[in-house]
Amino acid sequence: MTTPANYTSTAKAIHWLMALLLIGLLALGFYMHDLPLSPEKLKLYSWHKWAGVTAFLLLAVRLLWRLTHRPPALPDSMPKIMQLAAHAGHLALYLLMIAIPLSGWLMSSAKGFQTVYFGVLPIPDLLDKNKELGDLLALVHQSLNLLFIAVLAGHIGAALKHHFIDKDDILKRMLPTHSNK
Amino acid sequence: MKRFALALTLAASLGAAHAVEYTQVQADKSAINFTYKQMGVALDGKFKKFASQLSFDPAKATAAKASFEVDLASIDTGATEGDQEVAGKPWFNTKAFPTAKFVSTGVKALGGNKYEVTGQLTIKGKTQDVVVPASFAAQGNSGVFDGSFTIRRADFSIGEGSWAKFDIVANDVQIKFRITANAGK
Repeated sequence: MTTPANYTSTAKAIHWLMALLLIGLLALGFYMHDLPLSPEKLKLYSWHKWAGVTAFLLLAVRLLWRLTHRPPALPDSMPKIMQLAAHAGHLALYLLMIAIPLSGWLMSSAKGFQTVYFGVLPIPDLLDKNKELGDLLALVHQSLNLLFIAVLAGHIGAALKHHFIDKDDILKRMLPTHSNK
Repeated sequence: MKRFALALTLAASLGAAHAVEYTQVQADKSAINFTYKQMGVALDGKFKKFASQLSFDPAKATAAKASFEVDLASIDTGATEGDQEVAGKPWFNTKAFPTAKFVSTGVKALGGNKYEVTGQLTIKGKTQDVVVPASFAAQGNSGVFDGSFTIRRADFSIGEGSWAKFDIVANDVQIKFRITANAGK
C-alpha cells in the first residue's frame, strides 16, 4: 500500500456522516437521560439505540476501509511527538467508537430492554437481565462517552490548530471540496 | 381408622383415577407474568403478590372454580422508573384501584389435559369477560396449571392520556400464569 496524498471520497463521506451521527447521538443521549418517563422518552431511547447500531455498522465499513487503505501521511513539519499524539488520539477515537456502542448494547441486554433495530430486527441479547449489572453498564456507557467528548474536543481542537496556527492542509484534506492537485 | 387414612393416601397418590381436589395454592411455586411490545421490543414483567382461591377436581372439571386478586402495586416491570410510572393515574391508578380481580364463571374440558376457563376480569373499575385456555398436570401431590391469554390494555383504560396511543406501548398484553396447588386435606 502506497501512501496517498488524499483521503478517498468514501473515507471523507464516512468521516462526516459519522461526525454528524455521533454528535447527534451524544446530544440525544445526554438529553433523553434526564427526561421524565413519557412516550416521548421511550421513543427517543429507541431512536438512540437504532442510531447507535447504525454508527456501529458505519464503523465496520470504516474499519474495512482503514484496513485496505492507508490514510495520507502527516506533514513532516509536525514534530515526532505530535505525530505520535495524533496517532494515539485516532486510536482512542476508534477504540471508543467500538466500546461505546458495545457498552450500550450490553446495558440494554442487562436492563432487559432488547435492542430491536428499527423495531424490526432483534439484536441478540448478550447478557441476561440483571439490575446491578445494568446499572454498572449504564455508568460505563456514560463514562466512556464523557471520555469520548474529551478526546473529540482534542480531535477538533487539533484540526483547528493545524488550520489556523500551523496553516497546513490537515483540516482541508478531509473537506469534501479538497481534491488532488 | 388407620386403614381408612392409608386408603385415602393411596387414592391421592393414584391421582386422577380417584377424586382429588386441588385447593391449596402454593404461592412460591406460582407466578403471574406478562409480556407486551414497546416499539417492536418484546418486554416482560411480573406481579409479585397475588391471592388466589382454587378448587379443581380433574374428575369434575366443570365444577372447578378459581379466583385471583392481584396486588397491582407489586408489579415488576424490570425498571424502578417503570414500576412507579404504572402505579400512577394514567396506568393502574393503584391508590384508587389497588387490585385486579379474576373470577371464573365456567370451565370447559377440551380433552386431554386442556381446559378452557371463562371468567370476569376486573381492572381499574372495568370488567371484561375473558376466555383463558389452561393446561393441567398432576405432579405428585400438586397440580400445576399453565396458561396464557391476551388482553387489550385499552379495554381497561390502562395507559391513558399521552400513553393512549399504541405506537409506543402496544395494546395487546399477554398474561401468562403458572399456578401450583396442592391437594386439599
